[in-house]
Amino acid sequence: MNILVGISKTPETTAKIEFSEDGKSFKSEGVNYIMNPYDEWYALVRAIELKEVHGGEVTVINVGTISNETVIRKALAIGADKAVRINKETSSSWDTASQIAAYAKEHSYDIILIGKETIDYNGGEVGGMLAEHLGVSFISFASKLEFDGSVFTVEKDIEGGVEVVELNGPFVLSAAKGLAEQRIPNMRGIMMAKRKPLEVIEPISDEGFVTISQFTKPAEKVGIKMVDPDQMDELVRMLSEESKVI
Amino acid sequence: MILVFIEHQSSQYKKATLETLTYARKVANMTGKECVAVVLGANTNVAELGKYGADKVIHVTNEQLNSFDDKLYTQAIGEIATKQRASFIILTNSSIGKHLAGRLSVRLKAGCVSAVNKLPQIADSVKVQRGVFSGKAIAEYEIKSDLVIISIMSNSIPVEESEGKGVIETINLELPPNVIIIKQIKKVEGEIPLPEAELVVSAGRGMKGPENWGIIDELADVLGATTACSRPVADSGWRPHHEHVGQTGIAIRPNLYIAIGISGAIQHLAGVNNSKVIVVINKDPEAPFFKAADYGICADLFEVVPRLTEALKKFKNSN
Ligand SMILES: Cc1cc2nc3c(=O)[nH]c(=O)nc-3n(C[C@H](O)[C@H](O)[C@H](O)COP(=O)(O)OP(=O)(O)OC[C@H]3O[C@@H](n4cnc5c(N)ncnc54)[C@H](O)[C@@H]3O)c2cc1C
Ligand SMILES: Nc1ncnc2c1ncn2[C@@H]1O[C@H](COP(=O)(O)O)[C@@H](O)[C@H]1O
Repeated sequence: MNILVGISKTPETTAKIEFSEDGKSFKSEGVNYIMNPYDEWYALVRAIELKEVHGGEVTVINVGTISNETVIRKALAIGADKAVRINKETSSSWDTASQIAAYAKEHSYDIILIGKETIDYNGGEVGGMLAEHLGVSFISFASKLEFDGSVFTVEKDIEGGVEVVELNGPFVLSAAKGLAEQRIPNMRGIMMAKRKPLEVIEPISDEGFVTISQFTKPAEKVGIKMVDPDQMDELVRMLSEESKVI
Repeated sequence: MILVFIEHQSSQYKKATLETLTYARKVANMTGKECVAVVLGANTNVAELGKYGADKVIHVTNEQLNSFDDKLYTQAIGEIATKQRASFIILTNSSIGKHLAGRLSVRLKAGCVSAVNKLPQIADSVKVQRGVFSGKAIAEYEIKSDLVIISIMSNSIPVEESEGKGVIETINLELPPNVIIIKQIKKVEGEIPLPEAELVVSAGRGMKGPENWGIIDELADVLGATTACSRPVADSGWRPHHEHVGQTGIAIRPNLYIAIGISGAIQHLAGVNNSKVIVVINKDPEAPFFKAADYGICADLFEVVPRLTEALKKFKNSN
């Protein structure tokens, strides 16, 4: 089974989020970057597991500049067979999806796995866009993916429950928690990753229609009111009369 | 026209769906355009939508649309949007909405922004806003296409009833057969799903073990709240995965979030810091959660939670 996995890079979860004076751009100085957790922990690992059972190859793809290669090498160390980097700082979900689609159309993959969302921009838009470009189904928030040799069975999170669906490949699937167990790269994986192929290709031109015009920080909390543990009636009164939430 | 896609379950509408319709009604008023609700699949309750502001309801009754299939839904909505020259397509930021936003965007060559949480600013271009960096910042997006596709985050706008003519048009489209077969739906019974809940009671590792959750359930029952938990709690199997909130779980924005025995790690806060009011119960005065809270109680949760439940019972009975 040949599987393509979209991997992205995001600020580490504890990174301080700051913007330039004019609020137009994110300050990346001093920020540590990691592979987006949904991509690394779930999409990539499940792809590798399926390959281990059914044979074939796992290719990871990233739209980004050379600074993303640390993250790409990590994916190879975890067990992907080869990598592709489309050489551009992506400008939007639209841009990312059309770059990946252009590459995927030239190759044939049985399935394409991505993460549920990137934890920086939390868009969750790439999957649907990619699937539409390729004319295949999109299954989002998958927490289980099985293949019996002909049909795929997927469990996906829906509001207040789980839906079990069956379909044939190819399709695009976004990975949520539960799809796989995180794998930590070992020494051998890290050594082997250095020798695995990483192809760099030039982007197509396709910018989309959406830009971020302004960043702001949410209003700070005005200060906490400490309530005496013996005064729960008082807390209830405040929740009802002051905050009006009950 | 303003096209609003209406999700339904056995002809019933969730609060989030009616919020989306209310939002669309307001955009229609802002632009002086018609608010057209699109309903796909069998539904006996389309007339209801007029009450929340739909001027027209287009009900597509093809059998293939009775269960969700993202390609068919995209085709149906896409065709209607093109034929009726939609200037907005408004979706709910739900599991279904997540499938459709990106697809429709590519199909109709339109800019899309998901999880929008405020009404748009409409001038030469359209500006909308949403949370980014897991709620640690807000971004304003500018959309420069003729057609704008947005999905609305739940609890961003209160449901309002308003006049709409609600004229119903029933149609059938030419559609291919389904490719996705739904085998089973496992629902969590009786609870309001977390993303929609206005009141949430959440607990963490301070609970010591799953056997102690009785006091959390009682508190949630009295409040009519939905329960949630921190990640290690879900990871250790103390609570089901769908209760996990935070950066790698569900992001929520209820009116009230009560955090019990949760330290308030940055990844946890990322999923809940947009809650309107946060109450923190923790025995450690240094717990970082207190910095993000509106009300704090520094005490042993096993003593204070039953007391809070009692106080709420008293309050409910006297009201
Ligand atoms: C990449 C990444 C992503 C993550 N994503 C998430 C996420 O989405 N959601 C999430 O929740 N976490 C997430 N985490 C984990 C997060 O960093 C914390 O480890 C986690 O939130 C801690 O859970 P907790 O507060 O329940 O437990 P703890 O940190 O162990 O805190 C327990 C708290 O209970 C208090 N307590 C103990 N006993 C009592 C008592 N008797 N009475 C009152 N208080 C008591 C303690 O003082 C303490 O503050 C993520 C971590 C990483 C690295
Ligand atoms: N620059 C990128 N390169 C490759 N894949 C990406 C990139 N950005 C996002 N993705 C994939 O698309 C998923 C959803 O991203 P998003 O729609 O931006 O939230 C991510 O989890 C990745 O799997």
